[in-house]
Amino acid sequence: MDQFLSNIGLLFEFPIVNLKIIIDGLMIGALFALAAYGLALVWGVMNVKNLAQGDFVIAGGYVAWYLSRHGMPPLLGVPVAFVVMWGVGWVVYRLVISRVIERDLFTSLLATFGLAIIMAQMLNLLFGSDTQSIQLDYDTLYFFDFIDIPIAKLLGVLMATALAVAVVLFMKKSRMGQAIRATSQDARAARVLGIDTEKVYSFTFSLNSAICGAAGAIIVMVWVIQPFYGITYSIRSFVIVTAAGLGNLPGVIAAGLGIGVAEQYGAHIFGIGYQQAIAVLLLLLVLVYRLVQQRRVRQSLK
Amino acid sequence: MKKTLFYAVLLLITIAAPYLFPDYGTQLATLWLMIIVALTWDMTGGQMGYNSLGNIFFYGTGMYVAALITIGMVHPIGEYTDASRSELMLFTEGQYFTGLIVGSLGAGLFCALSAVIIGYITFGLRGPYFAIGTLGVAIAAGELVSNWDWVGGGQGIQLPVYPGDLDTGKVVFYFLFAITGVALFIFLKWLYSTRFGAAINAIRDDEEKAEAMGIHTMRYKLTAWALSAFFVGVAGGISAFQLIHFEPLETAYQTINLGIFMVVCVLLGGKGTLWGPVVGAILFHVIKEVTWNYLLGWQWVALGALIVVTVVYFQDGIMGWLMHNKPEWFGMRVEKKEQEGTA
Amino acid sequence: MRAYPRCAEESGFVSHHQYLEEYNPMKKSLSLLGCALGASLLFSHTAAAQDCETITLGSAISLTGKYATNGIHAKNGYEFAIQKIKDAGGVQFGDKCYNFNVIYYDDESKGDRGATLAERLINQDKVQYMLGPYSSGLTKAIAPVTEKYQIPMVEAEGASRSLFNQGYKYLFAVLSTSEQYLASAVTLAAEKADDPSKVKVAVAVENDPFSLDIRAGVLEDAAKFDMQVVIDEQLPRDLSDMSAILTKVKLLKPDLLIVSGHSKGAATAVRQIGEQKIDSPMVAITHCEAADVVGNFGAAANDILCSTQWAETLTYEDPLFGSAANYEKEFKEAFPEYKDKSVPYQVAQASAAVYVFKDAFERAASLDKEAVRDAIAATDMMTFYGGIKFSEFGNNIAKPMVLRQIQDGEYNVVAPSEFASHPLNWPRTPQ
Repeated sequence: MDQFLSNIGLLFEFPIVNLKIIIDGLMIGALFALAAYGLALVWGVMNVKNLAQGDFVIAGGYVAWYLSRHGMPPLLGVPVAFVVMWGVGWVVYRLVISRVIERDLFTSLLATFGLAIIMAQMLNLLFGSDTQSIQLDYDTLYFFDFIDIPIAKLLGVLMATALAVAVVLFMKKSRMGQAIRATSQDARAARVLGIDTEKVYSFTFSLNSAICGAAGAIIVMVWVIQPFYGITYSIRSFVIVTAAGLGNLPGVIAAGLGIGVAEQYGAHIFGIGYQQAIAVLLLLLVLVYRLVQQRRVRQSLK
Repeated sequence: MKKTLFYAVLLLITIAAPYLFPDYGTQLATLWLMIIVALTWDMTGGQMGYNSLGNIFFYGTGMYVAALITIGMVHPIGEYTDASRSELMLFTEGQYFTGLIVGSLGAGLFCALSAVIIGYITFGLRGPYFAIGTLGVAIAAGELVSNWDWVGGGQGIQLPVYPGDLDTGKVVFYFLFAITGVALFIFLKWLYSTRFGAAINAIRDDEEKAEAMGIHTMRYKLTAWALSAFFVGVAGGISAFQLIHFEPLETAYQTINLGIFMVVCVLLGGKGTLWGPVVGAILFHVIKEVTWNYLLGWQWVALGALIVVTVVYFQDGIMGWLMHNKPEWFGMRVEKKEQEGTA
Repeated sequence: MRAYPRCAEESGFVSHHQYLEEYNPMKKSLSLLGCALGASLLFSHTAAAQDCETITLGSAISLTGKYATNGIHAKNGYEFAIQKIKDAGGVQFGDKCYNFNVIYYDDESKGDRGATLAERLINQDKVQYMLGPYSSGLTKAIAPVTEKYQIPMVEAEGASRSLFNQGYKYLFAVLSTSEQYLASAVTLAAEKADDPSKVKVAVAVENDPFSLDIRAGVLEDAAKFDMQVVIDEQLPRDLSDMSAILTKVKLLKPDLLIVSGHSKGAATAVRQIGEQKIDSPMVAITHCEAADVVGNFGAAANDILCSTQWAETLTYEDPLFGSAANYEKEFKEAFPEYKDKSVPYQVAQASAAVYVFKDAFERAASLDKEAVRDAIAATDMMTFYGGIKFSEFGNNIAKPMVLRQIQDGEYNVVAPSEFASHPLNWPRTPQ
């Protein structure tokens, strides 16, 4: 308890720390938001709750890591992971996801859970269980002698932003993007209007997988990955999507950044041992909040 | 008559198993554990339509409660769990067995109580949100316990080694699990034939309608979950003594192992039937042990594939398939009630 | 960045076959034999090894999961010693000779799995003697099983004191217990300070039995000098970022920073200490060699203190392995994947455990497990790894820990003073 108080004390004693925590939080939050956006897409369009979300992220990271060790420039890892994971996503869609779309909600949760186990273990068998990262030979920027921003991290955030913008533009402008949005609003109506929903589904899932892959390629440059770290990102994605709701891109980004910052503050005050617990407790809080909200609505209807 | 004979043979096999296969005592005991968790999961998941992913919470909590009761009756817990203590803190035979019995039952009661409290909140969640919410409770519990120094934190807890002689020690845990399992089975067989069984089935089929019919759905949901939590808690307590050392994240609150396996067992065997979870647990356990022996390294890939295939292609399970294809079998062996249960 | 270890680096389905072969418990490790071939040529009397009988040992070891890196180190250490004993004519007593053969199972770095596998080894494979798993946590899960079945287990990788206050009679550990790992770092920090009670200590350890015991030891030692502990935090198991702790380190400026979290803790700490330019005068961690922090992070690792159970520069020796330096040389010949880095002590102590079994069998001159157990308990020998003599609780009390500092990419022993080959660089110069 004393330690919690003295940690809080530090925040006031050295206000600059807050800035550092917020910057770190926004950086990790941006990547959480990317993975969560993919989940929101899949959830919203085809009502599939993908528990393997984090494993797609990690798989993307391994693609980038593996190729960079075989001579590819590390920054190229992001687009390459995007493309490779697009392919992986398509295969997974054909084999598993396409068969759970019309089924009840629990089915997709369990099926993707099985998928998560398979992916994590395949990565383990292929690449070993060590933590891996790509060391970029960029400098670290220092501000106020205290805030350190490795340029690699900065690049990562920039790429995450660029990717997010590209996806948003795509969804708004392109024909496919419009079809996806139409399907998510009403699949049957979309079908009546001549949209090939099957194609939309497979495209959406592949896109999700690709976004995750690119996020993973960024993560491997900034933090470390390990075959079994997927669950961390899956949990964050669920928290963010549950909090933001479906089809609400600004909401997803805000929730992603928010959770990043909240976690960093939590890590500072309670210790990083509580990071996972904090994320999960936030999820529970969001669920309970939604519940209370719902009850109120139901009561007013009565 | 045939039915009586069938059950008598089963009971005989149950009693004889550890003596017929003395080398497989632990695996057989684990099999009963799987049957218990699968049957209890099916109470809410299959019969009531509430798919929990967090029942492992009761298993882990059961382990901790049983261990803490046992230790607390003899030694100060904080000192016992301190890694750096140098003096031995031992248990007598009497203390061990008192702990085993009182601890396991206490664990069951504590879990039943906590099911009521947690259920009061989580049963408001519908569909996948209930699954996610309960999963969240289990993960959070594991994380919090792993940061709680008083109960040993990430070091886990060490219980004493079985004090009696080796040969009894080998079968004692088998029979503890088997007795719990058989009691649970008989209890459920009776329960599903009562009004209570009909009520929770009504909740599964249409909760709003059930409510409109005057069923206090919340009361039924809480009771059902508390009953299932009781048995999982007892099983967790026994497990704690069988494993001797356990730690929070990977043994007690093992969300992604046993926590999911129990669901897969039920789906494999057939949701919402009495025999489904039993058959599923046996099949799953055998597959699991075989893959661990012969597919070393690939065992998890095989298990993951099994989950995907079961869920995607074979969701009615073995019992569902049998009932669909061989209805005459069930006219002979199982009462009609269970058939209705799968509808 | 160089990845680590080699064998885990190979990818694709080719290595899957190797994997299956190598980890199939029923088969002898083929690729290992290939590795060991070079070593066996060095010995003249391999012919005698042919007609020896077999003593089967069992071990559940982490080949997958979070401890896989070190689990494989331990397995390599076991296999190297077994080959070496075979080449030297086997375990000899009576008029016979015996070779060791180990049945391995993969415990996936999970305690309950380890316990189940130990039961399987004892009940189904009828193993009478066990070698330990990797990590204190796994040893804690397996030791009760071997105790229950009264199977002697010599373990080399479980250092937590909580293993040795349970009254176990069949558990023996060749390594020093974990509270000793960083005790000399605390002493050094006290020596360097004008007033030890002004020394500020920061501790960040993983939430597992081994690291928590390291923490307990450091806190006890710090209390002896009346030091202030300014940071005391636990690292999560899926650690990927410890910048939150390092930020506090920057604010509170401790004189001694201690990090312990197996290989990934060491890797994360060294990387981020470099990135965040942490300038604490003394940084002490565990598992430097196992995580190959020099090879992976280069200059960022400079002047970091590493605790080690064993170093190849120490002057221990024995008739089987020769000197510590010779052990390292021959091990690298047998396992070329260790060529470019220092051999981690996890390997050496695993070999020492096998050596203890050989010694005990020969003294017991019997295959009876009770006789072997008593012989192990009476062990009092010098090995390339250090002295081995067990207390009544089973821990080794004849071997000190040493503290090495990474000086220009070399691991040099700096403490305790009777073993020190180089003076301590203090304060640490980052980068």
